[in-house]
Amino acid sequence: MADSPAASAAEKAKHDLNFPLTRSGCPFDPPPEYQDLRVQRPVARAVLPDGQPVWLVTRHADVRAVLTDPNISGDLRQPGMPVPGGGNRSPAGVPYPRTDPPDHSFWRRMLLPAFTVRRAREMRGRIQEIVDGTLDAMERLPQPVDLVEAFALPIPSLVICDILGVPYVDHPFFQAQARVMMDRNSTPEDLQNTVATVRGYMCELFERKRAQPADDLLTKMVQAQEEHDLGDEDLAKVAQSVLNAGHETTANMIALSTLVLLDNPTTLAQLRAGRATWADAVEELLRYLGIGDLVSPRTATADVPVGGAVIRAGDGLFALTGSANRDPAAFPDPDTFDIDRGGRRHVAFGYGIHQCLGQNIARIELEVVFESLFRRFPDLRLDVPMDDLPYKNDSAIFGVRALPVRW
Amino acid sequence: MKVSVDRDRCVGAGMCMLTAEHVFGQDDDGLVEVRGPVEPGGEAAAREAEWLCPSGAVHIVET
Repeated sequence: MADSPAASAAEKAKHDLNFPLTRSGCPFDPPPEYQDLRVQRPVARAVLPDGQPVWLVTRHADVRAVLTDPNISGDLRQPGMPVPGGGNRSPAGVPYPRTDPPDHSFWRRMLLPAFTVRRAREMRGRIQEIVDGTLDAMERLPQPVDLVEAFALPIPSLVICDILGVPYVDHPFFQAQARVMMDRNSTPEDLQNTVATVRGYMCELFERKRAQPADDLLTKMVQAQEEHDLGDEDLAKVAQSVLNAGHETTANMIALSTLVLLDNPTTLAQLRAGRATWADAVEELLRYLGIGDLVSPRTATADVPVGGAVIRAGDGLFALTGSANRDPAAFPDPDTFDIDRGGRRHVAFGYGIHQCLGQNIARIELEVVFESLFRRFPDLRLDVPMDDLPYKNDSAIFGVRALPVRW
Repeated sequence: MKVSVDRDRCVGAGMCMLTAEHVFGQDDDGLVEVRGPVEPGGEAAAREAEWLCPSGAVHIVET
């Protein structure tokens, strides 16, 4: 029996669901607790490491509802916005994906033409060149080769450089900065220095684009400066957002998907024989792996009824897309990897107005990556048991840190 | 079956185009445009496009 407020709080804390949860057992599956939550507590109260309470929304239908509700905000500055790492609301200021309309709409529309379906398809040839070049370099390395370092990390950053218009000669510098941003051993000071370095570099690039316009996103952005009252800092922050959003996500998908494919040799054989399409495989890999599970934190700006609960104004929540992607109400036999499933109902790219801007680039990039990788290295195999790989259990975006392979 | 699209709501995800490319496309701004009618047999894809749209910019008007 509790006899003091502190004892009551401690007692309560023992029963609160601690969040984030971690994957256990098969690394491809989301945390096992999600299944019970979907069934018994589809909108459940949990607590972050810093003690902040959050709601967890786990069903596919509810995730879609929450991410499109007008009383749900994506603005990082909202007082109740959950930040799993605590405190730090980004050393670089508020990135545009973490704002609401009208700010969000303004930037999204400026960037959008570089990310259309047509533009993504037009980039296929260029992406193929990038992938082939990366495979060439990889082939020259002594085995075993770390697929993360040699393949999964460089390709997305090179594709983004292409979209932005970063000169090829600057790619090594740019990639090195991107690595620091993603490295969990980077100190807050390392991160701030890197952000400042990239920002300074971007501002130099803006000058070059003013002098010599090109068909790329950075040129488009400096041209927009003339119409709108935008500083170089504003543009640099947005360029940084594009890099951040498309690098680790895609890199982690490349590495983890390779594992899934190696673990499903019959499916891989069908794909290699052309009896199934890489487009279908990519869509199912996105659903199955659900790596962006933690990427949709939100705050309610008014009371929102959902899943039998009421999320009160000011409450923070996570729309758990990784859980939604394994909801049997949306996907029969959801824990089976099945590329013949068809459809694009997964929420791996999120839902609502913030749905991933780069999704169509990502789709084509992933198709090209896997088709090329397995064509170049038909005998690709892991050099260590899958269970021994170092998984990114403490990262916002699930992935694997290293993937030693031979061919 | 007729469709209506709302450019103001559109965020350019492209799901409508991926799902029913004869009916939906993206204009030069990346926003949704209607490219053609829903042909007989194309109703399911058009409904799926409405369902998949992340911003509620696509509406099916049953005729």
